[in-house]
Amino acid sequence: MADNKLPSTFFNMVLILTLISAVATVALAYTYQVTKEPRALVEIKKTEAALKAILPEFDNNPTDEKFTLPDYPQLEFYPAKKGGQGIGWAIKTVSIGFSGEVWIMVGFDVNKHILNTQVLSQTETPGLGTKMTQDKFQAQFRGQNPAEFKLMVKKDGGSVDALTAATISSRAFCEALNKAAKALEQGGAK
Amino acid sequence: MNLAKELYRGIVKENPTFVLLIGMCPPLGVTNTVINGMGMGLATTAVLIGSNMVLALIKNIIPDKVRLPAFLVVIASFVTMIDLSMGAYVPDLHAQLGVFIPLIVVNCIILARAEAYASKNGVMASAVDGLVIGLGFTIALMIIGVVRELLGSGSIFNIPLLAEDATTILIFILPAGAFIAMGFLIAAINKLLKRFQ
Repeated sequence: MADNKLPSTFFNMVLILTLISAVATVALAYTYQVTKEPRALVEIKKTEAALKAILPEFDNNPTDEKFTLPDYPQLEFYPAKKGGQGIGWAIKTVSIGFSGEVWIMVGFDVNKHILNTQVLSQTETPGLGTKMTQDKFQAQFRGQNPAEFKLMVKKDGGSVDALTAATISSRAFCEALNKAAKALEQGGAK
Repeated sequence: MNLAKELYRGIVKENPTFVLLIGMCPPLGVTNTVINGMGMGLATTAVLIGSNMVLALIKNIIPDKVRLPAFLVVIASFVTMIDLSMGAYVPDLHAQLGVFIPLIVVNCIILARAEAYASKNGVMASAVDGLVIGLGFTIALMIIGVVRELLGSGSIFNIPLLAEDATTILIFILPAGAFIAMGFLIAAINKLLKRFQ
C-alpha cells in the first residue's frame, strides 16, 4: 500500500470512521428528504388507481373516510358513496404468500358480493405466483357472493381454480379475500 | 486511457459474471426476465461508479486497518440512496427487484473494485472502471435474462412471443434454471473467448 496513507493509530481510525459516517448520514438524510414526497405519492396514486378500478363510480373521497376495525387492525376499509348513499366498500387486505406479504384491494357492493380485485403489491415467484395479478385468474372472483363461493382453492375443498404450480400464492390470494369478507360481515356494514 | 480498451476489459476480458465469476447472487436471483436483469445491472453500475469515485477521492485519509468498515459505510450509503430513489422514481421496477436492491451492499464486485482498483487509482480512472465493470455485469445479467425469459416465460422484454397458454419450461424461471442457464453460458463464452484469442 502507498506510504502517504494516514497511519493506523487509534486516534486516526476513530476520527476517520466518525467523519465518514457523519458525511454518509447527511447524504442519506438529504436523499430521504428529497425522495419522501414522491415515494408517498406513489403509494397514494396506487391506492387511488386501485379504488377506481374495483369500485363502481363514486363521488366521495374514500381515502378521507377510510377506517379500520379493532379485530382486523391490518385491514383498511374505504367506503364508496354516490350522492351520500353507500354503494360499496373497498378493503385493503393482506396475507402471506410464497415469499412475502401479498396486499390486495378488493371491492364489495352493498350486497357484499365481490365486485373486483386488484393486487397492490406482491413478491411472488415471477412467472408463477405473479400470475395472480392477471385478469385470467382474478375473473373467477367477480360477482361472487363469499357466503356461497368458498374462498379456498379446489385442492382444499373450495371453489377457486388455483394457478398452475403456484398453489401457495393462490391460497394467499383466497386467504386475503376471505379475511376481507369476514371483516366486512362483522363490522363494515354499519 | 483508451475508453474502447477499457470497455473491452470490463465487458469481455474481466467480465465479473462470466470470466471472474464473482458476485454470483444477482445473476442467479433476478435474471428471470431481461428487464429485471437490466434494472439490477444498472443499479449496481450506479453504486459502483459512485463508490469507486468517492473511495478513490478519500483513499489517502483512510487508515489501512479500518479500510474495510470505511469502504462498507460508503457503499451502503450509496445503495440506500439508490434504493430510496428507485422507490420514488421507478416504483414498478423497485417492487420487482425487492430485497435484491439492499443486497447490492454485499455484492462482492463492489468491494472487490474498491479494494483492487479504487484504492490504488485516481478518481477519473476509478469512475471509468466502475462504468465498464458495471456494464459488463449488466450485459451478463441481460444475456442470462434473455435465455431464462425466452425458455421459461416465452417472452422477451415482457413481450410475449408465444400463445398465452403455450407450455414453457418452467424450471428456467426458478433458481435451478438460473444455474443451468449460467453453466451453459459460461461454457459457451469461455469456448468463444479461447478461439478468439
